[in-house]
Amino acid sequence: MEYTKEELVKAYRLMKSIREFEERMRSEYQQGKLPGFIHIYRNQEAIAVGACLDMNNGDYIASTHRGHGHCIAKGCDLDGMMLELACKQDGFCNGKGGSMHIADMSKGMLGANAIVGGGPPIAAGAALTAKTLKNRGVSMAFIGDGASDQGTVAEALNLAVVLKLPMIFMYENNFYAEFTRNPKPEGQIAARAGSFGMPSVVVDGSDFFAVHAACREAIERGRDGGGPTAIEAVSARYYGHFEGDAQAYRDNEEMKRQRIEGDPIPRFLADPRASALDEELINTIDAQIQADLDHAVEQALAADDPTPDKLYTDVYINYEGELR
Amino acid sequence: MRMSIREAINLTLDEEMARDERVVILGEDVASDQGGVYGITAGLPEKYGVERVIDTPITESAIIGAAGGAALTGLRPVAELMFVDFLGVCLDQLLNQIAKFRYMFGGQARTPVVIRTMIGAGTGTGPQHSQILYPLLAAIPGIKVVVPSNAADAKGLLAEAIRQDDPVVFCEHKALYMDECDVPEGEFLIPFGQARTVVEGTDITVVAISRMVIFAEQAAKQLASEGISVEVIDPRTISPLDEGAILTSVAKTGRLVVVDEANPICSMASEIASIAAERGFDYLDAPIKKVTAPHTPVPATPCLEAHYVPSVDNIVTAIKATLDY
Repeated sequence: MEYTKEELVKAYRLMKSIREFEERMRSEYQQGKLPGFIHIYRNQEAIAVGACLDMNNGDYIASTHRGHGHCIAKGCDLDGMMLELACKQDGFCNGKGGSMHIADMSKGMLGANAIVGGGPPIAAGAALTAKTLKNRGVSMAFIGDGASDQGTVAEALNLAVVLKLPMIFMYENNFYAEFTRNPKPEGQIAARAGSFGMPSVVVDGSDFFAVHAACREAIERGRDGGGPTAIEAVSARYYGHFEGDAQAYRDNEEMKRQRIEGDPIPRFLADPRASALDEELINTIDAQIQADLDHAVEQALAADDPTPDKLYTDVYINYEGELR
Repeated sequence: MRMSIREAINLTLDEEMARDERVVILGEDVASDQGGVYGITAGLPEKYGVERVIDTPITESAIIGAAGGAALTGLRPVAELMFVDFLGVCLDQLLNQIAKFRYMFGGQARTPVVIRTMIGAGTGTGPQHSQILYPLLAAIPGIKVVVPSNAADAKGLLAEAIRQDDPVVFCEHKALYMDECDVPEGEFLIPFGQARTVVEGTDITVVAISRMVIFAEQAAKQLASEGISVEVIDPRTISPLDEGAILTSVAKTGRLVVVDEANPICSMASEIASIAAERGFDYLDAPIKKVTAPHTPVPATPCLEAHYVPSVDNIVTAIKATLDY
């Protein structure tokens, strides 16, 4: 597959933005400036970016607790994201969602999800909308290897096949379900999805080009009325389950190797298909990302918290009674 | 026009589907020839096609979750959760997803979904097909809960539910489906949070929910012949709840009995009693009485089920005890 320079710039910028955004978040989090739990996506960036590159704002994704990468890949604005992660009034969700429930409806980003396996039924519903309105839209659910064992995922797989929904089951096999090594051999998750009666494929999740090619095919199949597809993208998590996880359950030597071999960014740049990106261009993009993040962090930390009255807003659009 | 609750719901679904093509139905057996267990959706697939009356596998999490996701992205789904007892296998999609979309997304979400579901005992269907469970739902911020007790209310409240932009659970008591009354023709909407005074009275207020409204009305009739004037209030929606109507009636009568087919702990009877105790204490001339099912599952055997469900006699006894205090 041939890539235009514009596509390559976009893919690189998004992957690098995810990487730097999260590293900046980690630093702020460690200083106690961000509340709650955060789950870092590092070394899985090629999955989100490869998956979302061919989607537009009319396509939907349902994300996971490890969702920052999905947001950025789907086009969410870094300022709005940082404001939300800092739980400020002007964040996407007015601070009521935070990292684990961040959403941006204007970009078709239907929410991170703090319930493991919570997203796929919702994504199936978004696919049902696209199918009903015949607008050639597609819907994608991101699913971790841990979530692949949830019953909700099996129900969504089945419904997607029965109703022939324009849906992609984007499995991210990062080797660990919280603090437990996923015992399933690579490919078993895809095979399980395939057994429901949809095409399924396994790809190297640290290879942007492999992920993108599989997703392009799946998205086109969905748009053309060909029904759902499952993709298992394999790439080990760089950090722990959440920020601060000491990862005592991981073998140190293996982790060191995975961290280097699984880094999608140098791999992307070393690929002959990305040769149009020269060092000067990369430096320019990197500098712009840093400047954007400086702005996003500065703005987020200085922004206003929601006022106490906001506790009661947006529970309903209209409640015909008193909220006490 | 005189019709049953079952017919009124079918008619309303028909009218709302004709009115707005974004309204779709999904659930188990909804497009089957007989239109589901009680024929509620009969005739609709022929009229609107199986693209809008969507038969699903037996997959409640996917039904409810997909209805939520479809609502979030532009449809107005009416999902059927065949029996409310099946909440057990899909509660997450309602509790953690649909109910919270708008709040946790900071007002970005609009989730116009209706979940129709059958509630209640009285048909010998036993522990897993007979529960009430609406107090559980009313306790969840972000959803509304509707409990019609007659065909006219079923029509007006269902039309309102479908046109609402908030998620609504519409609870249909299976023992009431064949109950008939006059139903207004054409456009008919009943706003949520507005109780109906079923019987006007001056001696005592009885607040009753769903099928218990029918029993309370019978108790009121029976007591009228003994010279006791009972006021029966049907809240019609329990979230939002028309607290004003309840307190106004209690202010008038000074006495309150609450009748609820739910299990007693954290029931709507408990909730309504607590509202009256907290905000209507000065009006009360006697302790509030609750008439509820016991803290047991629903037995299958009709001889025990008859003791499980609050009866007209139970209501009469509670009213008299309250008046005799």
